[in-house]
Amino acid sequence: MNQLPTQSWTAKWHLKTIIIVLILCGLLIKSAQICEINGSALSQNFSQFFDLLKKMSHPQWSYGEIVLQPIIETIKMAIIGTTLGAICALPLCIFAARNIITNRFITSSIRFILNIIRTIPDLMLAAVFVAIVGIGPLAGIFTLAVFSFGMIAKLFYEAIETIDNGPLEALEAAGANKVQIIVFAVLPQVMNNFISYFLYTLEINVRASTVLGYLGAGGIGVYLQRSLDSYNYQQTAIIILAILVVVLIIDGLSNYLREKLL
Amino acid sequence: MTTSIISIQDVSKIYANGTIGLSHINLDIAAGEFVVIVGLSGAGKSTLLRTINRMHSISSGDILINGQSIRHYQGQKLRVLRRNIGMIFQNFNLVEHSTVQRNVLSGRIGYYSTWRSILNFFSKADKQKAVQALQRVNLAEKLYTRADQLSGGQQQRVAIARALMQNPQIILADEPIASLDPLTTTAVMNDLKRLNQELGITVLVNLHSVPIAQKFADRIVGLRAGKLVYDKPIEQVQADDFQQIYESTPASSEVRA
Repeated sequence: MNQLPTQSWTAKWHLKTIIIVLILCGLLIKSAQICEINGSALSQNFSQFFDLLKKMSHPQWSYGEIVLQPIIETIKMAIIGTTLGAICALPLCIFAARNIITNRFITSSIRFILNIIRTIPDLMLAAVFVAIVGIGPLAGIFTLAVFSFGMIAKLFYEAIETIDNGPLEALEAAGANKVQIIVFAVLPQVMNNFISYFLYTLEINVRASTVLGYLGAGGIGVYLQRSLDSYNYQQTAIIILAILVVVLIIDGLSNYLREKLL
Repeated sequence: MTTSIISIQDVSKIYANGTIGLSHINLDIAAGEFVVIVGLSGAGKSTLLRTINRMHSISSGDILINGQSIRHYQGQKLRVLRRNIGMIFQNFNLVEHSTVQRNVLSGRIGYYSTWRSILNFFSKADKQKAVQALQRVNLAEKLYTRADQLSGGQQQRVAIARALMQNPQIILADEPIASLDPLTTTAVMNDLKRLNQELGITVLVNLHSVPIAQKFADRIVGLRAGKLVYDKPIEQVQADDFQQIYESTPASSEVRA
């Protein structure tokens, strides 16, 4: 009875893992060929990169004052947009979580809608909203709101699906209704995740809004575009530094809050 | 027809995948009894407990609580039924990120409207009641501590305090000591026994341990493979009775007292 079981030779040599890795490598090489990825093109003109870096290495510090106003506008846009998106995502993500709503039809249809929303490119959203509400930060806010909504809802419902279901069962057994179970047992377990996902989306939105500026959706993007178009890389450097500062602040805030709340 | 608080009448439970959970169980439990249910893992102990508060529905037969059939309860009626039955779990099932106070108060939310509870409008009396419930399990000093800071035994006693908030007539305890060390095991079992004796709450406990069952029970019920194979008041329990419950050969004779 006390014999070691024999292992098949395929399991012994991890054949399955090796084959999967080989297939993945093959696919990678093949797709590189199809896309005509050419390493020499990158290395030949790599000096261009240093050229640009050299131009940017002397930031025009005085430009900082001019950038301050639009960067604040960008932050405002990002905060309002992300908040709007998060507020709309909160109730919806509960209906997409399979451990809360057992009806697969409801969860699947909400996930499908979310997939559609996430598929719409944010540049297209911006173009649409510029057409609707005109050039300015309002178009940017709506764009960011829709964009954050799709993203936050997905992150939130995935967070909800990882929670411990024990407390939910306990409250159900105590005679609580669905809403009470969500408020007393679900939200406390996911609040930390919600806050860090919210701040992460905020960070992405600050960076995304630089692109939205191209379409006239307000914020720092307008200035970035202007500096790049006029090859004024000393100004570009300042704008990138300003965005870096904002990203660092949000990251610090996120870490601080997570520590406080965990 | 009957004076029993719980009357399980020819109850069977067949799971969707065809597994038989319970098979023709008949069991009457009088108010104020302390009943321990023993049996192997998978014998149907958890299923039986969960049919009493309808966390599991049954396939056939009927269950009466206070003489009322609960088999088809739904919505508000079902919530009121569950409100009157406290439940204790092997894994405590506290919300670990919340304070002990909030965990204990959450046992009371079946008595509140949705709005009043989610806006945290708990009455002074209920907050006082939460303190008293904690005092009963000797944990009042942990009122504002987060639940995940407590040891396993303490968490289980907070869970008992939470169940007490329901003003339950019945407490169902599903393997309440399976995750605890011997010392805290005694504390938790003592708490359950005290609630039974001082407040007259009917207690049903699933256990693996026969010695602990013998120490605390008024009556021991044995399940094997979904069938009730043993049922005796504690005075009649013999040490070698348990072989038949824990015997692994299903062909052995089934005795009903």
